[in-house]
Amino acid sequence: MKKLTLGAILGLALMSGSALAASAWTGGDDQPTNPLACDGTPGASAAMAYDGGAPTNPPDRKGKKITVVDIPKLIGIGYFSATTKGILEAAAELGNVDAKTDGPTKANIDEQITFIDNYITSGVDGILFAANDPVAIAPVLKKALEKGINVVGYDANSSPDARQWFVNQAQFNGIAKGLVDNMAKEAGEEGAVAIVTSTFTTPNQARWIAEMAAYAAACHPKMKWLETVEAQEDNNLSFNQATTLINKYGDELKGIFGMTSVATPASAEAVTQAGKCGKIAVVGLATPNAMKPYVKADCVKSVVLWNPVDLGYAAMHVLRAVADGTLVAGATSVKAGKLGELQVINGSEILLGAPYTFTKENIEQFDF
Amino acid sequence: MTALKWLRHETVLAVLTIVALAVLASLSDKFFTVENLLNQGRLMSEVGLVALAMTFVIVTGGIDLSVGSILGLTAILLGVFWKNLGLPLPAAMLAALACGTFAGWVNGVIITRFSVPPLIATLATLALYRGLAEGISEARSVRGYPEWFFVFGQGEVLGVPFQLWILGIAILVSAVILGLTPFGRATYAIGANETAARFSGIRVNATKLWIYTAAGFLSALAAVIFVSRVTTTRSDMGTGLELDVITGVVLGGTSIFGGRGTIIGTVLGLVLIQSLKNGLALSGVKGDGTIVVIGLVLIGAILVGALFDRNRGG
Repeated sequence: MKKLTLGAILGLALMSGSALAASAWTGGDDQPTNPLACDGTPGASAAMAYDGGAPTNPPDRKGKKITVVDIPKLIGIGYFSATTKGILEAAAELGNVDAKTDGPTKANIDEQITFIDNYITSGVDGILFAANDPVAIAPVLKKALEKGINVVGYDANSSPDARQWFVNQAQFNGIAKGLVDNMAKEAGEEGAVAIVTSTFTTPNQARWIAEMAAYAAACHPKMKWLETVEAQEDNNLSFNQATTLINKYGDELKGIFGMTSVATPASAEAVTQAGKCGKIAVVGLATPNAMKPYVKADCVKSVVLWNPVDLGYAAMHVLRAVADGTLVAGATSVKAGKLGELQVINGSEILLGAPYTFTKENIEQFDF
Repeated sequence: MTALKWLRHETVLAVLTIVALAVLASLSDKFFTVENLLNQGRLMSEVGLVALAMTFVIVTGGIDLSVGSILGLTAILLGVFWKNLGLPLPAAMLAALACGTFAGWVNGVIITRFSVPPLIATLATLALYRGLAEGISEARSVRGYPEWFFVFGQGEVLGVPFQLWILGIAILVSAVILGLTPFGRATYAIGANETAARFSGIRVNATKLWIYTAAGFLSALAAVIFVSRVTTTRSDMGTGLELDVITGVVLGGTSIFGGRGTIIGTVLGLVLIQSLKNGLALSGVKGDGTIVVIGLVLIGAILVGALFDRNRGG
């Protein structure tokens, strides 16, 4: 029996052996990076042919009332409540859209697929989504396209051919630069930093982390990366992970990046409770409301984000334009109500704008 | 007596399922279509496969919390064997299935040889296998599987989703094993009274080892189907699967204390949950509302079942 047990343990050890391989910053993806110039010269974006998909024999929806369902990664968090607000705002403004948001209560790709599948069966005209996984969501979105449904993504992309357009809230290298620059300013050029992310495979976070690593290597080469931890966009888990980081690295830790709207306030809370305000900088992506107490208490100096209400608003306008046939392959811009003309980038993506840094001076102007 | 004999949990559940199907069909005209029902069968297959093994596990009075993690680990190993080690995909599938089965066997060994309570043992391996999945994958997805591989998760045979055939065969096999073979009777005996079973000359440990190994195998099979359905592997695949599976099995009338339960009950439980999830969504109930209804149905079905069982004096 001893032999058997030993064999079992050995087998497990062997399986875990391949886990130890070198990589840059954990949690980044392995796609090529394109860091911006250190001084902020805008990056050039090469022209690309349309690479989105197309619905099969969609009915003529021009000007007609359409039913749209929005299926974000999860519901019940501030960020996606804000995008929903924007979607409903745009729907009300357009007047010919019946929109609602539904989705899983956890950022779980299996459940999200089931939700989309059910709405395809129920016969909606349009689907808005924010993908929990770019590839896993593709088959079900392709099925929607086959049924003649208009599909537009926002916030988190799918493979391009599984949807028609994607509203890109900010280019990855822009966000990465914003985060790393602010961190270098607050934690010092030689500061050691850690990252709290959602999961290593969440597309946006993985892309940002890869871009951050590339930008830091180019423009802040002395910044020291310690560790990336996963926290599932779960408030309690984020707090625990941040606390663990603080305890594990002690005085060495100079800054924490929060990669999600849940991880950033939770990290700020962890730093506050550890009494490390001013010693450990927290820089991250978050909604202003969640960060107001920490910004006012001077514990957090900069919060980087775009406006998610605008993001939902733009996504709804793009879907309407696609349904009406006014936004077609090859277009270079699209009208999005109060946001004006939005630019088409990377073939089939629509850029919302440059990221925004909330500080003590301006955060009070925002309420989402 | 004959009337009472039929008033058992499975009968109640069957009636409940038929009522639910009728109500849901009247709420939405999209629900009771062949296409939708087959599609729901497709979505149910992974949970269904694991639930069959879980029925055996729970009938012995045990529990296996690690099935979701085994699914995740197998999915990752499939990707790693194929992409990183360069095995041909069929070989990678077999190897991954073998590893998943091995993971189930490890559960069985911990439980039988070291007398660790199944709850504790599989709680530990739940964390262990998930951790291995995360570590081995380095949290990277494996993508770009060849087109033929997608037949397992997305293909059809004679108009019926491929995995539904597999599920059907697995249901038949497990129903026969649990209901008609000495192995099945040993399973019930262990759950009813393990000590008595031991003294009756039943090979308790061997039986349990087989059952936990089978749970590993079916979780691994579900993993292959799952990867094929969603065309990618992720280390967080199958998170929370154990809860869906246990819900289905318990709703199906299997006693969590062991000794009682049937495959047909489990199948009914699964069908009821899946049709509630789907039918309510189609009739415009949002996701959070659906969860509440499922919780209420679970409590209701178990209370009613318990009531009838008491009347039978069982």
